[in-house]
Amino acid sequence: MLHRALRLDPQVALRDEPFGALAYHYGNRKLVFLRHPDVVEVVRSLDEHDCVADTLTACSIDERRWDAFETAIHSMYESEMLSDRAG
Amino acid sequence: MTVLADQLKGGLEAPICLTWELTYACNLDCVHCLSSSGRRDPNELTTAEAKAVLDELAAMQVFYINIGGGEPMIRRDFFELIEYSIGLGIGVKFSTNGAFINAEKARQLAALDYLDIQISLDGTDAATNDHVRGTGSYDTAIAAMSHLRDAGFEDFKISVVVTRHNVDQLDEFKALADSFGATLRVTRLRPSGRGADSWHELHPTNAQQRQIYDWLLANGDNVLTGDSFFHLNALGEQPLPGLNLCGAGRVVCLIDPVGDVYACPFVIHDRFKAGSVREPRGFAGVWRESDLFVELREPQSAGACASCGSYDACQGGCMAAKFFTGLPLDGPDPECVGGEGEVELAKVQMSTVPRPSLDHSKPVRVAAPRVPVALTRR
Ligand code: SF4
Ligand code: SF4
Repeated sequence: MLHRALRLDPQVALRDEPFGALAYHYGNRKLVFLRHPDVVEVVRSLDEHDCVADTLTACSIDERRWDAFETAIHSMYESEMLSDRAG
Repeated sequence: MTVLADQLKGGLEAPICLTWELTYACNLDCVHCLSSSGRRDPNELTTAEAKAVLDELAAMQVFYINIGGGEPMIRRDFFELIEYSIGLGIGVKFSTNGAFINAEKARQLAALDYLDIQISLDGTDAATNDHVRGTGSYDTAIAAMSHLRDAGFEDFKISVVVTRHNVDQLDEFKALADSFGATLRVTRLRPSGRGADSWHELHPTNAQQRQIYDWLLANGDNVLTGDSFFHLNALGEQPLPGLNLCGAGRVVCLIDPVGDVYACPFVIHDRFKAGSVREPRGFAGVWRESDLFVELREPQSAGACASCGSYDACQGGCMAAKFFTGLPLDGPDPECVGGEGEVELAKVQMSTVPRPSLDHSKPVRVAAPRVPVALTRR
């Protein structure tokens, strides 16, 4: 997962909230809670970097937290909030 | 109580579950109608006002709205409003009794993206359904579902209010939904609107509550509940799927047909009115700053539930159910599975029970006496 090129799915809208953000997928009607501002920042910038790992580095996420981020990103990918990016 | 639930209790920038009752007008007269609908209110929001509200919701990034009523399709601008909403990126889920869905309307609905439909049905046979929803309403709902299926509308919802009389039909409801390629949605009966009068006769018995809990644990992943049965979590270790908290004023709210904003669709009463979309501060101002919503987002006292080991799981249940049965808000739900609610209910003096503030029910037609009354002069 860390070496894939991902992006926020074009059908997903993000809304900032006090705890982080809400993500809503207009296609499958799923609502996901992004429960930390850092997760929101990472998800928003996935598009600008070659892979997930690069994004985490660019967002200065401490390596000790990478496992937790990978889990969160994986579950968002499973619910189609994140999708593969060509190229 | 999860961290997330605690965070949600503090309130959000915009509601997640916003219900908008478009009209109090309705062709039916269901005995449990949560909004006591029947007659149109002359003060209903105009098309222009409704569109202005939708513009505001779009600016707040509300993802979708739940449209209800009354019967929303009675409004002449119904299609205009839902198309406008979808055009702004606000998905629409709407509840209907199906009376106005013919073959043509079904095709029109099927052509729209980001639209969900819930057809209300409270029995898998006409006798059970029509007992609460009125004569002929079962056939009407089934006809509407057939039109939607024939028009290729994918995955509409069949929306059931669980009562004492239909609780044994849960499997049949599921089979019915499957046969239409639809999804079943079951929700809890509350003593709101005309339900205040029918609740005592209709609400599930204590034994049936266990039955509902077991059924939801077995089928819950494929059935929608609007997270409305969380008071049942006190029955076991395994919580039902969903948010499991009273979202009133925190994640939930209602805009009524005249633009008044209430904490949730089940509390149409002055006590829970936060303001109006017609105020200069608009809906966003009411949502973010109204005294009522700020109050509801404060930590709430568990009251008489504090000593109960199940409070974490059950949260003391539903505020609307307590309010309209005359129970204190910081105590057990009237359907408390531990039986505490029944004890409290027995102490309530009927004359002190709050009545819904609004009633748009159609006037009861009193049959004219057949024998002319003799007028005697003295
Ligand atoms: S006493 Fe209160 S917290 Fe305990 S089960 Fe009953 S309603 Fe829920
Ligand atoms: S008052 Fe009842 S129906 Fe309304 S949000 Fe709370 S639990 Fe749900």
